[in-house]
Amino acid sequence: MLIICPNCGPRDYSEFRYGGDAAKRRPAHGETDVKTWHDHVFLFDNPKGAHHEYWQHVLGCRQWLILERDTATNHVGHSRLASDGDALP
Amino acid sequence: MTDRYSALSLVRHAVTGAPWPPVWRKAKPRTGYDVVIVGGGGHGLATAYYLAANHGMNKVAVIERGYIGSGNVGRNTTIVRSNYQLDGNTQFFEHSLKLWEGLSHALNYNVMLSQRGQIVLAHGPSQLDVIARKGNIMRLNGIDAELLDREELMRVLPYLDYSPDVRFPIHGGLLQRRAGTARHDAVAWGYARAADRLGVDIIEHCEVLGFTELGGRITGVRTNLGEISADRTAISVAGHTSQVAAMAGLKLPIESHLLQAFVTEPIKPFVDHVISFGAELFYISQSDKGGLVFGGHIDGFNNYTQRGQFAKVRNVAECAVALIPSISRLRVLRHWAGIQDMTPDGSPFIGRTPRENLYLNGGWCYQGFKATPATGWCFAHTLAHGEEHPLIRHLSLDRFERGNGYDEYGLGNWTYKQ
Repeated sequence: MLIICPNCGPRDYSEFRYGGDAAKRRPAHGETDVKTWHDHVFLFDNPKGAHHEYWQHVLGCRQWLILERDTATNHVGHSRLASDGDALP
Repeated sequence: MTDRYSALSLVRHAVTGAPWPPVWRKAKPRTGYDVVIVGGGGHGLATAYYLAANHGMNKVAVIERGYIGSGNVGRNTTIVRSNYQLDGNTQFFEHSLKLWEGLSHALNYNVMLSQRGQIVLAHGPSQLDVIARKGNIMRLNGIDAELLDREELMRVLPYLDYSPDVRFPIHGGLLQRRAGTARHDAVAWGYARAADRLGVDIIEHCEVLGFTELGGRITGVRTNLGEISADRTAISVAGHTSQVAAMAGLKLPIESHLLQAFVTEPIKPFVDHVISFGAELFYISQSDKGGLVFGGHIDGFNNYTQRGQFAKVRNVAECAVALIPSISRLRVLRHWAGIQDMTPDGSPFIGRTPRENLYLNGGWCYQGFKATPATGWCFAHTLAHGEEHPLIRHLSLDRFERGNGYDEYGLGNWTYKQ
């Protein structure tokens, strides 16, 4: 599987480290409801299809990026730097 | 419908030439059951069998999207063992191993249990301490465990790499003699046949499309073969647990990942035990046909493709050759990837769900096959009584909400690192 790193270009996925679902919104700082944190940390949409996810280019530029990938086919789509902003439009 | 297998029946069929009857009926769904089990894998079939055998419930249906044996029960590396160290797991997996030991007789079907022993290796003094501690915990629970030092290992497993400059030197190992392998297809077929003989309907090519509900309670399933109502509905699928549970409005602490497994060309008897490498996740045994069967870690990112990544193939091959250099020129005959439910703490869920009359068994990570008999035993108890069996209380779905994550390997709450 090739992932296109915005800095380094197309690289084998084994240069990257997976970092989980990027569509999850972290609860606000100061959120005290335990259930809210539980749902954020422990529950997964786990879709069979389109997925936005974090990867870190550990053997390259070491930047975190957000990748679009289809979990049913491994077709890799657009990727961009996570530092550019929120996970989803 | 099926007659009992015995030496006598073998002779009778040989002499008369009478055809063997089908191993189980091709059942069609009736309208109502006490229990409907979604998923005809090892776990679902075992649950149905113990519902009938232990609790006298035979108005039970097992519905399976494919055919019996087509799922992960036929994709695993067939290892059974009970070397766990957290209270809860230790007793649960030992119960499972005890059931394995009597399974062929109980089912009247040879599951080809081979108690060849499993050896976990330690590659440093501290790791030797860790496995010694695990062995002590097992022995305190009445489970067999023997600590082997390097010299004993060189006698028992002479083909490992003991050279002085090796990257992962072998310091010792923990042997569980009662551990071993079983023929995984026979486990599915044996449970299916035994459940069928007790009146359970096994309905193949029946796919769940949704759940029916009344007043907030789950009342059965909608399938491609029509609606089937049930007092209690059980989800016991693997790989797609999230998808099935989502039809009932549940979001689970599960992510689906790929685990690859490998079989080499057959060779003469060579690897007599199940061996677990201690420096990486890698395990190897030899099948009765002679092929070396081995596997490693998950690919590392959520995935439903059932097509493994090559980097993991290389990693597993490196482990194999680091451990047993003499197999470096063996050719891999078959290689596949199964979809595995990974959970944040590496432990499964068995029991009630937030939906009334809906029960869940899933999230088995690497441990599903060896747990098959005990899962069936305890899940059947749970379905019959509406309350969890004592051996599975640590595996409840709400354990993270209560701060009771159950992390056997101490890896933290990362599905993809378990």
